[in-house]
Order: sequence, then structure tokens, then C-alpha cells
Amino acid sequence: MTSNQGALSLFAAQCRRDLRLSLRRRGDIAQPILFAIMVITLFTLATSAEPKKLAELAPGIIWVAILLSSLLSLDAIYRSDFEDGSLEQMLMSPAPLALLIGARILVHWLSAVMPLVVLTPLFAQMLFLPSDLLAPLMISLLVGTPLISLVGAVIAALTVGIRHSGMLLALLALPLYVPILVFGAGAVVAASQGFAWLGAISLLGAGLVIAIVLAPVAAAAAIKISLT
Amino acid sequence: MKALIIWFNTTGSPPNFERYAARWIPIWFVLAFVCLLIGTAGGLFMVPADSKQGEIFRIIYIHVPAAWMSLFVFIVMAAQAFIALVWRIKICEILTIACAHIGLMFTAVTLITGSIWGKPTWGAWWTWDPRLTSELVLLFIYLGIIGLYNAIEDRRSAARAAAFLVLIGLINVPIVHFSVTWWNTLHQGETIRIVGESKMATELMWPLIVMTLATKFWFLGSVLQRARTMNLAHEANKDWAKKLAESKQ
Repeated sequence: MTSNQGALSLFAAQCRRDLRLSLRRRGDIAQPILFAIMVITLFTLATSAEPKKLAELAPGIIWVAILLSSLLSLDAIYRSDFEDGSLEQMLMSPAPLALLIGARILVHWLSAVMPLVVLTPLFAQMLFLPSDLLAPLMISLLVGTPLISLVGAVIAALTVGIRHSGMLLALLALPLYVPILVFGAGAVVAASQGFAWLGAISLLGAGLVIAIVLAPVAAAAAIKISLT
Repeated sequence: MKALIIWFNTTGSPPNFERYAARWIPIWFVLAFVCLLIGTAGGLFMVPADSKQGEIFRIIYIHVPAAWMSLFVFIVMAAQAFIALVWRIKICEILTIACAHIGLMFTAVTLITGSIWGKPTWGAWWTWDPRLTSELVLLFIYLGIIGLYNAIEDRRSAARAAAFLVLIGLINVPIVHFSVTWWNTLHQGETIRIVGESKMATELMWPLIVMTLATKFWFLGSVLQRARTMNLAHEANKDWAKKLAESKQ
């Protein structure tokens, strides 16, 4: 398992296994989508149904809805593996834990968050977002949401041994999401005011590159702390 | 290197820490009270009122030292957390958690005194100024560290998990500050700035320096006091702790 090819095929095998597991439970994939749609609906009911006002708030509402929805699915990254003991097997296996965790994070993004990004044009229509803002919104989400999964996976790894960790997980992760939200939603707002918005996306991208390298390692370290 | 680790382990061993803390806590608290007395008297009665803000400016003698401490404590806490995670020294785990409680209080004092100052000066208890927002996020991070520590049953792994979160927070605090600054400069042209040290008249400075010293001493005293209590609670079943309890009766 030390050669590069071995690591790659291990990563692929772990991804296949996790993807198959999540595809077997299709209901779980639909839940984050329904949740996001409901949050958006509640926002329109609570604020106003006036298209002009909604269009102004739309980037923020969509970002917050997707953030909350992916927050709720964070616990699922390790929960079932922790309960059936697979996580301990991963810990004891000679393969680097960070690689296996990296595969889990990737699958979490693919199964729980990416569908939301794909459906963003629908959300944008629900909130009357001007069509020229859709591209900045989609790009900011494409760069920002993997960052949400990566950072969230580190925090979820710290709370993996705690039984009812949902609320705690949210309280720990949300302060860390502040910069992602500021740059992600901020880029769209900047675009709506006619400012240059790619700078914020570049910063998000830089954060993403750092997180891809560091977050799996940090999550692996956190799992070792919470399982021993 | 080995000598250093041995030195760490002997000075950091629970009975030695108990002796050290018992000796130093009164000293730090006495120094803190003396400085607090001088600083408060100076800030409230001796220095003249500010030419623009009037009497209300005097709250900065609490606000600014507390704000400095809210960040200073975080750095001290992160250093303790790093030592706790790398060398697994028990007393540093305890000190990390003790720091988190003290830092939380300093952050809360900063936010509360800032609000009290803001109401008459800005006309609002709160604005979404970058400094205020990042201080609020700092409060949440402190709360999260304490919450995580309390949520895990086993004291040692709880402390290690919290220490890990401290290190993540250490990376995040500057990013939060930077991102909020970026976000606000985009929206509003003029931001109201809290009176900076450099812009302050020199005759108003000295109580601020005394109060800064006071908060540092207060931090040392209270962090040792808290760590001492936690240390004794964790070691309650050990021989040295029992002997100590008997000798006190």
C-alpha cells in the first residue's frame, strides 16, 4: 500500500464503497434537498413575497439554506461507520487514515451537498434572482461547498464519540463557516452591485486548496483523539 | 531536548503544580488588586474628561484592556493546547480549559462594555462593524471549546479534543477578522473606529497601562486558581491529594 498506485486504488475502492452505501439509501439523498427547499420557503413566508425584495436577499438566503442543510448531514459522515465498528477497523488498518477519511469527505460532498448545488438554478428561480447573477452564485457555491464539507468533517471527527452531538456540532462548526459564507455570499452581492467578484472566489479557492491538503489529515488526527 | 522534557514533566506534575500554584496565586491577585485600584482611581477621577466624548470615554479603561486580553488569552491557550497535544502533559490540558473560561469572560466583558459605550456614543447598542463581529465570533469559539470539553465524559480525552479545537480556532480567528473586514469595507464607506491607542492623548494613557497590567495579573491569578481546583478534583484519589486534604483539616 505504500506505492502511489496502491494509494490511488485504495482511495477509489473506498469511494466506491461509500458511494454504493449512500446510493442504497436514496431517501437520505433527498432529505437535504427537501430541507433546503423548506428553509427557502420559510424565508419567503417570514420576510416578504415581493420579488424585488426577495431578489435582493436571494444570495444570502440560498447560501444560508445550503449551509444549514449540509450542516445537518455532517454527522452522517462518520456516524454509521462509528456505530458498526468500521471506523475502528479503518483506524487499525495499515492504510493511511487520512486517505480513507478523504474519500468519505468526497462522497459526503457528492451525495449530500452537490445535489443542492445542481438544484441552485431552481432555488434562484424561487427567489427571483436576476439571471446574470446565477453564474457568480453557482461558481461561489461550487468552490465554497467542498470547503464546507472539509471543514465540517474535521469538527464532526471531534464529536464522533458523543451520543447526541447534533446541536454541539452546529455550534462548533458555524463560527468556522463565517469566512466561507462571507466570501461566498459576498462575491454574489459584489457582482450584483457591479463590483469585481472573482477576487473573493479566488480567496475561497485558495482556502479550498489548503483544506484539501490539511483537512483529511486534521480529521484523521481528530478521530484518533476521540476514539482513544 | 530530553532535559527540557524532563524539566517540563517534573514542574508540570500535579503535586508540584499544586505547590507552585498555592505559592503564586495570592501574589498575582494582590498585584492585580493594587493595579486595579490605582488604574480605576486614575481612570475615573484623576485624568480629565475627553474633549469630544466627555465622561463616557472612561469606560475604555476596562474595555480596551479586556479586548487585548481576549486575544492574548487565546494565544496563551493555544500554546498550552499545543504542548498538551504534542507532549501529553496533563497540567497543560487543565490549563487550556482554565484559559478558555477566563478568555470567555474577558471577551464577554469586552462586548458588554463596548455596547454600554456604543449606546450613547453611536446611538446603538450594536453595529455590524468588523471588529465587533469578529469579537462576537471569538466569543462563540470560546463557548464551543468549553461546550466540547463538557460534552465528552472522559476528562482527558475531552481536554485533548478541546485542545485540538483551540488549534483549529487559532488558524480561524485571523481569517474571520480578515474576512469580516473585507466584507464590510465593500458595503459601507465609513466605519466608526474605536479610539485607537495612537490617537489617544498622552495624559490619558497611564491608567490604561496600569489597567492592562492589572488584567494580566488578574488572568495569571485566576487561571492558576481555576487550574488548581481542576487539578485537585482530577487527582482527588491520589495519595498526595489525600495527604494534603488531611493536613488542612
